Amino acid sequence: MTQILLAAIGVMIFVVIFQIAKASEYVNVLKGEEKARRQNNKINAFLLISFLVLGLIGVWWCNDLFYNKTLFVQPAASDHGEKIDLMLYITLGVTGVVFILTQVLLFWFAFKYQESDDRKAYYFPHNTKLELIWTTVPAIFLTVLVVFGLKYWFKMTGEAPKDAIVVEVTGHQFGWEYRYPGPDKTLGAKNFKLSKGANSLGVDFDDPAAKDDIHVATTMYLPVGKPVKFVINAQDVIHDVGLSHFRLKMDAVPGIPTTLWFTPLYTTAKMKEITNNPDFVYELSCDQMCGKGHYSMRGVITVVSEEAYNFWLAQQKPEIWTVRPETAPKPAGAPAVTDSTAAAKTATPVAAVMGTK
Amino acid sequence: MSTSAVLHNADVHTHDAHHEHHHHETFISKYVFSQDHKMISKQFLITGIIWAIIGGLFSVLFRLQLGYPDTTFPFLEDLLGHWAKGGKLQPEFYYALVTMHGTILVFFVLTAGLSGTFANFLIPLQIGARDMASPMLNMLSYWFFFLASIIMFASLFVQTGPASGGWTIYPPLSALGDASSGSKIGMDLWLVSMAMFIVSSLLGGLNYISTILNLRTKGMSMTRMPLTIWGLFFTAVLGVLSFPVLLSGAILLLFDRNLGTSFYLSDIYINGKILPNEGGSAILFQHLFWFLGHPEVYIILLPAMSMSSEIISVNSRKPIFGYMAMVGSMFAIAILAFLVWAHHMFVTGLNPFLGAFFVLLTLLIAVPSAIKVFNWLTTIWRGSLRFTPAMLFAIGFVSMFISGGLTGIFLGNSALDIHLHDTYFVVAHFHIVMGVASFFGMFAGVYHWFPKMYGRYLNNTMAYIHFWVTMVGAYLIFWPMHYQGFAGVPRRYYDFSMWESFNQFGGLNEFISFVAMIVFAVQLLFVFNFFYSIFKGRKVTTTNPWGANTLEWTTPIRPGHGNWPGEIPEVHRGAYDYGKDGREFILQTEPVGENESHH
Repeated sequence: MTQILLAAIGVMIFVVIFQIAKASEYVNVLKGEEKARRQNNKINAFLLISFLVLGLIGVWWCNDLFYNKTLFVQPAASDHGEKIDLMLYITLGVTGVVFILTQVLLFWFAFKYQESDDRKAYYFPHNTKLELIWTTVPAIFLTVLVVFGLKYWFKMTGEAPKDAIVVEVTGHQFGWEYRYPGPDKTLGAKNFKLSKGANSLGVDFDDPAAKDDIHVATTMYLPVGKPVKFVINAQDVIHDVGLSHFRLKMDAVPGIPTTLWFTPLYTTAKMKEITNNPDFVYELSCDQMCGKGHYSMRGVITVVSEEAYNFWLAQQKPEIWTVRPETAPKPAGAPAVTDSTAAAKTATPVAAVMGTK
Repeated sequence: MSTSAVLHNADVHTHDAHHEHHHHETFISKYVFSQDHKMISKQFLITGIIWAIIGGLFSVLFRLQLGYPDTTFPFLEDLLGHWAKGGKLQPEFYYALVTMHGTILVFFVLTAGLSGTFANFLIPLQIGARDMASPMLNMLSYWFFFLASIIMFASLFVQTGPASGGWTIYPPLSALGDASSGSKIGMDLWLVSMAMFIVSSLLGGLNYISTILNLRTKGMSMTRMPLTIWGLFFTAVLGVLSFPVLLSGAILLLFDRNLGTSFYLSDIYINGKILPNEGGSAILFQHLFWFLGHPEVYIILLPAMSMSSEIISVNSRKPIFGYMAMVGSMFAIAILAFLVWAHHMFVTGLNPFLGAFFVLLTLLIAVPSAIKVFNWLTTIWRGSLRFTPAMLFAIGFVSMFISGGLTGIFLGNSALDIHLHDTYFVVAHFHIVMGVASFFGMFAGVYHWFPKMYGRYLNNTMAYIHFWVTMVGAYLIFWPMHYQGFAGVPRRYYDFSMWESFNQFGGLNEFISFVAMIVFAVQLLFVFNFFYSIFKGRKVTTTNPWGANTLEWTTPIRPGHGNWPGEIPEVHRGAYDYGKDGREFILQTEPVGENESHH
């Protein structure tokens, strides 16, 4: 019912606008084309300058409303992120000045130089000096931004430090899996043709390096202050490891592993304090369209102290115990962890002990 | 060259004032299979308008989901059946709508609808030609577009739904029916439709280029051409050189989908199945796609840019400032357009060293863009501005181009792109600079040349309402999206409720959706004004209503087939002698006087 009512109101407004539009056209004919045109010109010139003033107020107001909802109010949670924030501020500063300057000139000129009887248009077809100025000045500013940007770009995309913790991140429709290399610090070989049942990642458990690898889903633990290197894979379609709090992201492409490294600067608990938000979590979002569940492809990264991280890691059971149950030690009575999600679940009470939740 | 062109034209068509009485055209040959460039341009425009309504409506539908995620709309179920079960859009269909919105607006409206319309209409009229170099190919260009439209439209009605992997159709998502229901038959139709579309665009583009190079009237040297023609020329060159690459990419994708090849597929384990494909590269497709995809941005933007230049000059009653710099900067943009495609791929694992070149070349585009902006500002400086609806839209174009262009400086810098890539910041950026700005250029063009097309004016009051609501609305919709981007909110999310980090914009999303609906409604007002005015608009009574210099205003109010009765006029000067020697405007056809000042 309300929909019909809304539609009727829409049609009414439309008819009214149409009637006014027709009427004003007749009025203009009566008034004389020239006079009507000049009147329209004055009105629109006034509207243009009003748009400028109200628009600038709106820009300020919009900033006021939403600034606190952005990441500007949170420190970047990684070392790379701090550099990105600095670049963001510099770029905002430079473009902000240009934005205000050009928009003000555009609308102010439009208002000031509206058609008038006292003035004729000034014939000014070109001026080489002026044109050279606005070729070189932007070029200089851009050079500065490029130099800054590339310096950071090479730093961020360069080799990870040798002592970086390696975590393999794998995306699939619609979730995230993580693999830790275990005590030998080497990830076992993988072959997608081995993917089957419990061994969803296709790990080659005949590879000795794979025997101590740990597989967890959804929630990843990382130590604060230690560099970490992600080796990123996808099983089916392209996904993207989006880490907005760390200001980073990297695509996950089937068949072509990518890498990303950074150093987390704050534990999750510390960020809860900083943001004054008890529900704060580092979320891992899929940032590349990957199908109908794209919007729900959520992972969590819990950053803890190094001791807590080591404690957590020690609790984890190698994946091979699940995939090849015969390899698992058999303490009488206590059954081994049966699947990888259960491994992730056991992590939660541990975290509770460590005071991160 | 120009002289022979005139002779050639005169040989083919010996027109006289009574020509139209001798020649009996049937309804079919006049309105359907017409070879007249003016009629073909109207066909492109009206088809484009129909697509724009569909594409715009799709955005309103998916904005309903974003703005009111907790509300059900029973009428949606009546309309869409199981795609909106219980009155709520299903995620698959949400993504199909997003995909089709992008495809329709980028290709069918802002490529075919924009350059198809204005290249066809303006090239012969502004360079002084009877028609296109090949009217037959020109007609085929429209009909291939029509065929592409039919196939794309049909794909909306297949049971598994239209393509839903985003307008960029990245494989493997678009290659595997197992990955998404939109990647079943809907995707094949999408690819076939695009192949037809590309044929259309190539036929058109080749025609535009050869017409501009060969059929200019006597005296119309390249450097006397109106900027519109330069813009349309570069657009055609970009299209002809880049669309074939997308065609090849699309054909390889069709092979991967249907013939078991592995161009883009490797190492895939999906739905518990291990696929046999090995050795392909999903990233290869992105290179092929963006090799068109980036020039495509300028295919959309250059016509809007050049028409706005023309309209700003005419309505400022001043020459466009720095004509040669304007041409040069368009040329620079056209060259650079081919060298920056990988800036869409900074986070795909691209070689960082290679990435550095793309950063440099991308930010280099800001230089010609800045030249254009400052030249537009200088053009209106000390002018005598007439705010026709076309002029307002042209000013709006400049404002949008500035706003959206500046955010390109963020995204083109790879390190910053790592943070902002695929967030709402990108959505805001490209909608403002490519979507809204190009639409403004297109509206400016329609308002300015409508009198030439139909011999009638559009209603001014409706036009002013259209402009102001669209201008204010576009900023209200897209400006706050930058803040969502600064919060890291990813694009193409159906729902944010499960996210701690992205769920704080509920009120804003509702506001944006509400404004989007109003802006859409006002576009319907424009559409109404357009069709109403074709039949009932105020009649044009003078050949040159805007007091412009270019050749199209030397034709009769409603030019017939062949455009000029009698001889094609000869050109003696550039297109921008406004306000020279105290005269308001001097037609291009007027010989240079003895005492005329040089500049």
